Amino acid sequence: MNLWQFLIGHRAEVFQLSLEHLFLVGVSTGIAILIGVPLGIALTRRPALSKPILGFANVMQTVPSLALFGFLIPLNIYLFHVRIVGGIGARTAIAALALYGLLPIIRNTFIGIQGVDPAIREAGKGLGMTDRQLLFQVEIPLALGVIIAGVRVATVIAVGTATIAAAIDAGGLGRYIFRGLRMNDNTLILAGAVPAAAMALAADFFLGWVENLFGRGAGARLGRRRVVLAAALFFTVALAVWAVVSFRSGAASGRITVGSKDFTEQIILGEIIAQTIESKTGLRVERRFDLGGNLAHDALVAGEIDLYVEYTGTALTAILKLPPISDAKEVYRRVKEEYAARYGLEWSEPLGFNNTFAILVRGGDAQRLKLRAISDASPYAPKWRAGFGQDFMSRPDGYEGFARAYGLKFLQVREMDLSLTYRALADGQVDMIAGNSTDGLIARLGLAQLEDDRSYFPPYDAVPVARRAALENYPEVGAALKSLGGAISVEEMRRMNLAVDGERRAPKEIVEEFLRNRGLENKK
Amino acid sequence: MEAVDQKAIEFQSVSFRLPNGRTLLHHLDLSVAAGETLVLLGRSGCGKTTTLKLINRLLDPTGGQVLVENRATTEWDAIRLRRRIGYVIQEVGLFPHFTIEENIAVVPRLEGWGEDRIRARVRELLILVGLDFEQFARRYPRELSGGQRQRVGVARALAADPPILLLDEPFGALDPITRREIQQEFRSLQRRLGKTMVFVTHDVGEAFLLASRIALLKEGKLVLLGRPADFLQSRDPEVQAFASCLGAPEAAAAPALSRVEGTP
Repeated sequence: MNLWQFLIGHRAEVFQLSLEHLFLVGVSTGIAILIGVPLGIALTRRPALSKPILGFANVMQTVPSLALFGFLIPLNIYLFHVRIVGGIGARTAIAALALYGLLPIIRNTFIGIQGVDPAIREAGKGLGMTDRQLLFQVEIPLALGVIIAGVRVATVIAVGTATIAAAIDAGGLGRYIFRGLRMNDNTLILAGAVPAAAMALAADFFLGWVENLFGRGAGARLGRRRVVLAAALFFTVALAVWAVVSFRSGAASGRITVGSKDFTEQIILGEIIAQTIESKTGLRVERRFDLGGNLAHDALVAGEIDLYVEYTGTALTAILKLPPISDAKEVYRRVKEEYAARYGLEWSEPLGFNNTFAILVRGGDAQRLKLRAISDASPYAPKWRAGFGQDFMSRPDGYEGFARAYGLKFLQVREMDLSLTYRALADGQVDMIAGNSTDGLIARLGLAQLEDDRSYFPPYDAVPVARRAALENYPEVGAALKSLGGAISVEEMRRMNLAVDGERRAPKEIVEEFLRNRGLENKK
Repeated sequence: MEAVDQKAIEFQSVSFRLPNGRTLLHHLDLSVAAGETLVLLGRSGCGKTTTLKLINRLLDPTGGQVLVENRATTEWDAIRLRRRIGYVIQEVGLFPHFTIEENIAVVPRLEGWGEDRIRARVRELLILVGLDFEQFARRYPRELSGGQRQRVGVARALAADPPILLLDEPFGALDPITRREIQQEFRSLQRRLGKTMVFVTHDVGEAFLLASRIALLKEGKLVLLGRPADFLQSRDPEVQAFASCLGAPEAAAAPALSRVEGTP
């Protein structure tokens, strides 16, 4: 399917996501203006403060967005009893985007006002203008072009950065990009990237036009009273919108919030759990899927979601930071114990499959070189390039120990997004990758999984993890989760993954099918 | 003439020192009578502009006091004081984002005049400085020549009819011919308005043309204070250095001397 057909076919969804995107950009840039412009003005009155404040804004801009999200999610900042920062969703994305937008706005306001000709400033003072009159009638109108140039930069940055907001379930065109990366689907990536780029260009063009207008002194043409009124109105609307968003996404009682990480299997598992709870308990279920990195865990600890599916080995090494253990039962026992003690979180029954790292090579290579296990590959490694996801490169049970355990020395190791490694392997860009054993793409791309013959990888049994408070409030949820114990085999998981990634079917539909078949089996 | 005896501005042993310790004015004693034009003359950096800024409180003295209408400037509210004093600077300082009309209307607007009164006043002032209202009111400063801008600067300073006018080398940036013309016009304006003026220049011809009295400053000290006639009789070397410039080509065109001597 080409991009054009996709956009036409999904125009309602594209429109919806574009609106969400625009909303994130508009509100966050509005807030950045409301904070940045007064701050920039204050700096011109106290230049001694400019170093620390501009320094802070500078640092904010260099913090990677996922790291900033991770930092903001556990926060609980209230303004008039409305939570304005913290948790997952638009609220936190907006806070992060506003922080990114601050630097260009503060800096340009400061520089713009400082740049006003001293002779003009002195003339104003000599005519008997008060500092405030000088500021509003002379300095701001003359600096307006420069200030708007700052807003323009901030807006374009926000349009780009807002695509990342999909990682914390804040919506926007990033959803297509993340989904496309995950499903190895160029069309889907472009369906997110192209409208976002168009939006950035449009914003740049429009604000460039406004900048030009005000740069030529049109600031004075607007009545001063009207400017103040417009600013006040804008402020009120921005605040109201934010308040609505904050209210809407606030945790509500009477329903269960199911989360998931940001890959296909997790979304299927999230859907299985959500549908099971819906059908067995009648509770309303809210879905907060697609959380990037370790954000699902952060959101669970922060009480933003009530449960999601975690993998025992990941919990042990990446979250609890404990050394890897190879016995599956022992790992489950340890994480259950530690989670209860440290976070007040409960592990339910394992779902029945182990999604371990799958060390993959092209099927052709495996046949030709007679590769069956990872140790068979070590003689070839010095001539091979490997491609690993960021996650695998950094986690304690990842690359470093893996290479040591098998004595692998690659020609080159490339770090890239996990979803890109499959394609890189299939295209011959790299020769070995670490995928997921349940991934549907393994069969579809004709890849061969090498056996972990030295038992390096700990077990990664998929298990629902839930907040104790949620289980106490709704004991029926615990029972529903128990009913899923041992329900999903590796083959079934791989088949469902392939159905989504390979056959482009909707997770919801596949899960309905799966649960229906299971129900039939149980009745037999 | 009683008016001449009233002191509009008085400097009482005024010193001004920068925070870095450099002293720009040493114990200056000086008074300006109501209705007279005092010209502050001197080389660049002699303290002329500093003296001027002490009058409208853009600067506060570090020693002594400056009285305006018999009240120390430090006791005036700076904003009220400045609105009673018109101020024209060399760079003109017209607001580039305001039209000519809006520029002239700044102080009346700050003072809360009604729109009709402001419009009438702007019309009146443009006529006074020799600019056509219909032609210039809606233009922006960048669309005007240097001389036209300078006239607007004067009109703006006069807008709220302040009793005192401070002018800091207002014609310094103009070409010699325009400068001559505008000096002549200013001279007639001066007579009609009868305002107290303090006028800073380093052009001795201009000083002779416009001054009731001349104050010559050198390195922050008063060298001579007197009428133009007194100036020519002084034996002080700095005074003679300036007086000799009257013969220089630029000042030669000054039709000033004879007329100045004729002024009481």
